[in-house]
Amino acid sequence: MLSQRFKFALQDVIVGLSHYHIWLLLAWQDTKQRYRRSVIGPFWITISTGIMVALMGPLYGALFKQPVGPYLQYLVVSMVIWTFISGFIIESCNAFIAAEEYIKQIKLPLSVHLLRVLTKNLITLLHNLLIVFLVLVFFPPENFWGLVLMPLGVFLVFGNLLWIGLILAILCARFRDIPLIVTNLVQACFFLSPIIWKVEMLGRNRFMADFNPIYHFMEILRAPLLGNSSATLSWMVSGALLLFGSVLTLLVFSRFRSRIAYWV
Amino acid sequence: MSVIVAKDLVIDFPIYGSTGSRSFKKILMNAATGGALAKDAGERVVVRALDHVSFELKEGDRVGLVGHNGSGKSTLLRVLTGVYEPASGYLEVRGRVTSMLSITLGMDMEATGLENIYLRAQIMGLRRKQIDAMIDEIAEFSGIGEYLNLPMRTYSSGMSMRLAFAISTSIDADIILMDEWLSVGDADFMEKASLRMDNMVKNARIVVLASHNHDLIKKQCNKIITLEHGKVVSVQ
Repeated sequence: MLSQRFKFALQDVIVGLSHYHIWLLLAWQDTKQRYRRSVIGPFWITISTGIMVALMGPLYGALFKQPVGPYLQYLVVSMVIWTFISGFIIESCNAFIAAEEYIKQIKLPLSVHLLRVLTKNLITLLHNLLIVFLVLVFFPPENFWGLVLMPLGVFLVFGNLLWIGLILAILCARFRDIPLIVTNLVQACFFLSPIIWKVEMLGRNRFMADFNPIYHFMEILRAPLLGNSSATLSWMVSGALLLFGSVLTLLVFSRFRSRIAYWV
Repeated sequence: MSVIVAKDLVIDFPIYGSTGSRSFKKILMNAATGGALAKDAGERVVVRALDHVSFELKEGDRVGLVGHNGSGKSTLLRVLTGVYEPASGYLEVRGRVTSMLSITLGMDMEATGLENIYLRAQIMGLRRKQIDAMIDEIAEFSGIGEYLNLPMRTYSSGMSMRLAFAISTSIDADIILMDEWLSVGDADFMEKASLRMDNMVKNARIVVLASHNHDLIKKQCNKIITLEHGKVVSVQ
């Protein structure tokens, strides 16, 4: 019985991935719908991130007594990655709830609805990368060899986000208080993680960041763009979480996959 | 050969919200207090929508589902779509199911008629290349004309439905599930539409149609399943 359910759950994810034309279409439609009739459309995302960073950079740079150039570079890369991670986690809570109409009318793998949310946030990320690019041109990092490992970092972070998003989407479909809890936790994470502050500022209290998975996810994407190499610990934590989390999520998904249509 | 086999299908809908069992607080309280404070959290309220439903459908069957409101017709259609997995019982559907439960699913009022043809058809499982080949036919049949390049929100409700109908009926269906017969538009269009529906239904292997219109069922179906309170009362 369990093995049968496990097979269905795994099938849902694999078939969901292969339905890329559906989730690409829906994610693109979501983005278009949001910015329809606006003159510069999704580039508002780029502008708003740009303005925020331009305002925050000098202020927090002064507060933390950081040289402007390197701090701005750090802040831009951090904020862009954080916007992606936090945006996805918050939206994944509603992945199934918002797709109620689809879930109740046609047979599609449920993972399609989560991939739609991931893709939508990826489209936002791509718009924001424009700012990262600009900052890297004006304040180039000392070396780019860390970028060699970038594909692996992207794989690890996306893999982790997928299991986190799937388990949240399932739990939130059942318990409608969880989306609200998650939104609050994500907000807290913004201050608790090294995004506007640097991990070195913790000094002897560095362990506070080491226990924070968000820090490790950010680090494996951020360090190569800043010309550093990510700490081995970040790679290990991200890899271990991916393994452990995927198994956990697949077990939860196996158990409740067939109930989700009744919950939404 | 049987294409659809259903044996002792049972569908229970859990009712959340009315008892508050969906709230995380209730479950937490329940765990913390051992059930003394929020007893209802454990006792799920369920509605039995389908109660041991069994039938077999063969190639060529045109099935009419009849019954009062709330007798389980729509639920049964959704089970056949594969949306609701039965709590117990056995269901086998051999073939490709085309759900006509909502012919506008996937369409976007802000998008143009042309964009909507792609949206709707892709949701129905077609790929862009296949749609490219069908687009002229759909555009012509719907009679939307130059409005195709305008957002759908500028359409009258009749025009939107004509477009949705034209797209939804343009695909080759194997097993068709319908909640009420599709009839849209003005008198002229209805005549065209009725021909197109007959054609689509003729080419399908199995059609399951839920309807309150007895004349229509008599005309279109060769098998009638009557549901009452989620049970099959008769198969003719």
